[in-house]
Formats: sequence, structure tokens, C-alpha cells
Amino acid sequence: MIVHLAVIPVLLPFLTGILLLLLRQRSAVLERALSIFSILMQIFLAFKLLSVVGGGDILVYALGNWPAPFGIMLVADCLAAWMLMITALLSLFALLYAIPVTEQAGRHFHVLFQLQLFGLNGAFLTGDLFNLFVFFEILLIASYSLLLHGGGRLRTKAGLHFVVINLAGSILFLFAVGVLYGMLGTLNMADLAVKLTTLTAGDSAYVRAAGLLLFGVFALKAALVPLHLWLPSAYAHAAAPIAALFAIMTKVGAYSILRIYTLIFGAEAGLGANLIEGWLLPLALLTLVVGMAGVVASARLRQQVAYLAIASAGTLLTAFGLNTQEGIAAGLFYLSHSTFATAAFFLLANTIASRRAELDDRLDSGPVIAHSRLIGALFFVTAVLLAGLPPLSGFMGKFLILHASLMHAALPWIMAIILITSLFGLIALTRSGSLLFYRAHPSPAAAVGAIGLTAVCKELLPIISLLTLCVILVIWGGPITQFLYFAAEQLLQPSRYIQAVLVTRGLP
Amino acid sequence: MEALISLIIGVLTTCGVYLLLRSRTFPVVLGLTLLSYAANLFLLAMGRLVIGAPPIIADEMSGYTDPLPQALVLTAIVISFAMTAFVIVLALKTYKELGNDHVDGIHKP
Repeated sequence: MIVHLAVIPVLLPFLTGILLLLLRQRSAVLERALSIFSILMQIFLAFKLLSVVGGGDILVYALGNWPAPFGIMLVADCLAAWMLMITALLSLFALLYAIPVTEQAGRHFHVLFQLQLFGLNGAFLTGDLFNLFVFFEILLIASYSLLLHGGGRLRTKAGLHFVVINLAGSILFLFAVGVLYGMLGTLNMADLAVKLTTLTAGDSAYVRAAGLLLFGVFALKAALVPLHLWLPSAYAHAAAPIAALFAIMTKVGAYSILRIYTLIFGAEAGLGANLIEGWLLPLALLTLVVGMAGVVASARLRQQVAYLAIASAGTLLTAFGLNTQEGIAAGLFYLSHSTFATAAFFLLANTIASRRAELDDRLDSGPVIAHSRLIGALFFVTAVLLAGLPPLSGFMGKFLILHASLMHAALPWIMAIILITSLFGLIALTRSGSLLFYRAHPSPAAAVGAIGLTAVCKELLPIISLLTLCVILVIWGGPITQFLYFAAEQLLQPSRYIQAVLVTRGLP
Repeated sequence: MEALISLIIGVLTTCGVYLLLRSRTFPVVLGLTLLSYAANLFLLAMGRLVIGAPPIIADEMSGYTDPLPQALVLTAIVISFAMTAFVIVLALKTYKELGNDHVDGIHKP
């Protein structure tokens, strides 16, 4: 069982997806039950995996029992297990929110949802660069269909842009993979790291160029400025639970940056060492500024949340850009927090918009919405989380990042930009909140979308759960940060990963 | 042969990038297709160009050609084929829904 633990999180959503496809939408109840069961199993598996790798072991699974570096490896270390857990928890609540409404808007919702998880889990677990490309394509093609789910003019237009830019990114990925294979003769990430140390000066230019090309591809996925322009319209026009699930998609880019540039182009990589050190931090800070400017300038709530996603990508990549154990751990903490909080905000934005009739999510004052106290309270909590005010996890994440940057040469820049953008975020969210809730005028007509209390609770439960996860991040802050410090330490010592992969002789 | 292959890759990439930057959906799709051809050819060339050698190490043959890039290209072809089919359908859908084939959905005479 333990040996197969690294492959089951990949196979489970894939097989569930195929099974759902074979059921041909005969019974909605059965579909929902299967889909939820699959995700509950994934949560269980992620926790099991966390407990196995938490002690420092790295779980390696050789597909087809081919030994490294010839076969494809699935590698579960602390970082991969942590990302799996975030994905599984997020997807559960996104799915619960989707079940009453979104799943009816088009066909094969559950199939696509499971295939998206297949791609995500695979991308986190794979130890092979070309396999990473394949899993990227799987998660992307599922995300294209999910983004277009339900149809509509604006959604189709946003979808076209999203598809074309990601296809262009995939082609660049292929070029980079080709150069790396041509120069180093392997695509196994651990083996690439080994081969890179023996690189001659003449060949290093090609490998460095390929490394930077890969960085461009991952920056596109992570929505790093200037490659962020696809995100606001795509996320703002996707259906709410899908936008919530997409909160993890920019994190896949951030994960890949972290993985590739600590493992392959890390500090011990000889001529390719610390390849992106000069690029990541300035670009991440710029992303934060541009993202927050978008938050302030947004005229619609969904657009504002999408820009908040860009700003949070900027913040966590700033932490990764510090390239220290403290910085990476702080970034991982912020990553978890911002995934849950952004997803909750996307769901909340939809809940608010659906109660405002033709005003939709425009940031104008309108009639008082149904259940405005409960929804207003949730908006308040989410805003506190995303603006980074104490006592919730947003504050803790930003505090950890600032604390980690204390010894960094660029401290004044990091400090100033993070604090000033936080202030602007706070102002923008306060403005949105007061327009939506305080300046609403009571209307004599019955409030739009008034439904029974149980139905409201059912609708708000996923949002409350996601916010609770953020609270749990603070309550168990001690053990969680300790674990993330350990994960960061593991990342900065790639020799352990390399050894675990390359000595694997497969199963007897 | 190296010069010829690199020339082909270069021309395909140039045309692909040019078409990708056009404002109508059909040239954009064509551009993506050409770019993926260039990428596939590039991947194949990365295993070094060898003629008349088997893709396995055999005792009676002196040389061999690297089989791995061929496997990679096969995967890449399948993926880009599926993606092209998807993007063509999507382009048709945008044409139907927006009434024109401009990538921004705005008709510019």
C-alpha cells in the first residue's frame, strides 16, 4: 500500500473521470456521489501521504518499474504532499458549491472536474520534465472546457484568449524541453540536476537559455507581470466554482518555479546555479504592484477578486524569490492561505452578484440584498483575510514573509511594496464593502433572490468552510509552519531528492 | 542536412509567430499549428540527426539513432493535434456567438 501511495492520487481522479463518462449522465445523484467520494478519498490520501513523507522520507514510484533515469518517476516529498492536500480540500468545497447550480449549465461537468484534478495531482507528483508538460496539458485542456462551461459571449471570448496564450506557452515549453534534452541527454529532473553540475562552459549558454525559457512558461502560468494579462478576464468570466478551482492554477506555476529552480537550477548547479535569482524578486514585486493597482481600479467585484489573485501570486513569488529556507516556508504558508481565501472570495462574489439582479457584480450601490447581514459578515472576514489584517492567516502570511526578508539586501523595497500595497488593498476592499452593503438603499420590493434559510446555509457552507480552513491555518500555525520549514529545508537540499530518485531500483 | 532542418524550423517558427499575432482567429489557429510543427521538428532534431541507423543499440550496427525524441515527438503530436481540434471548434464557436472572427470580438472594417 505504502509504495503505491504516490501513484493513487493520480489514478483515482482519472479512473473516476472515465467511470463518470461511462455512466453517460444517467443519474445525477450517482454522479455527485461518485465525484464527492473521489475527492474525499483524495483528501484522505493526501493526509496519509503527508504523514508518510512528513518524517523526511521521499516516496518514489517508478512507473512500469523502469529504474531511473530511464523510466518516469512519481516523487512525493513534503512539498508535493502539501500541494496535493491544498488541491483536494479546495476542490471539495468548489464542487459542493457547484452542485446545485453550475453542474446543470452544461454537460460532463463532473468528468472535466475530475480530469482537472488528475492533471493537477500529476503535475505536483511527477519527477520528469516531459511528464510535467503532459500533465500541464491535461490540466489545461480540462480547464479550457471548464472555463467555457455554461457558455455565453463574454465567456467564450475570454476562453479564446486563455486557450491561445496557453497553447503558445506549451509550445515554448516543448522548445525548452528539447534544448535541455539535446544538451544533457535526460529529462528526469533528478538526473538533470546531476548532469547540470558536469556542464562545460561552452554548453552552459544553451542550458541557461532553456532554463530561462522554462521560467517564462511557468511565469505565464503563475501570472507573473508582464505575462498576467490573460488572468483577469478569464477568471472573472468563469463560473464561480470553476474560478475558485482555478485559484490553484496560478499556484501550479509557482510550484513549478519552486521545484525546478531549487532542484535543477539550485545553488549547487554549477554553471546554471541560481539562474532566476535576479529575475524573480523584481518581477514578483512588480506583479504585486500591478495586481493591487488592478484591485483598486476594478469596477466589478469578480474582476477585483481576479486582480487579488494576481497580487497574491506576486506576494508568494516575492517570498520564493528570497531563496532562503524562511522565505520559501513563508511563501508556502501564504500560498495555502491565498488559495483558500481567493477561492472563498470568488464564491462569495457570485453569491452577492446573484442577489443583485441586473446590477450583477458591478461595484455600485443598489437595493439591500437578501441575507445581507450574513453575507456581509462573510465579506468582512474574507476582506480581512485578503487585506492581511490581524488576527487571521493573511496577516500571519505577510508577517512571515516580511520576517524572512529582514536579512535580505532588498529589504526596503520588499517592506515598502508589501505594506503599501496592503494598505491599498484594504482601501479598495473597504470601498467595495461599503458600496455593496452600507450604501445599499432599502427597497420596497421584495429582495431579489430571497430563499429559505436552509438553502442559504447550503449555499454559504462551502464559503464558510474555506474561511474556516484559513482560521485553522492560524490556530495550528505552529505545527504547520514547522512542517513548511521542514519542506523548505528539503527543497534547499536537492541532494536528498536526487539520491531518493536515482537509487530507486523499483519494486521486487 | 543540419542547415536544411534548422532553416525549416526557423521559417516555420517565423511564419507561426507572424500568424499568431494576426487579428483574425483563423490565422491565429494556423500560426499555432505551424509553431507546433516547428516544435516537433526541433524536438526530433535534438536527438541529433542520424540517417540509416536503427533506433536501438544492435551489435551488427555501428551507430544508432536516439529513440527518445521520437517518442517525445509522438506524444507532442498527439497533444497538439487534440489542442488544434479544440481551438478550431472554439474559433467557430466565437464566430457564431460574437458575429465576427476578430480575436477581440470587435468588427474592424
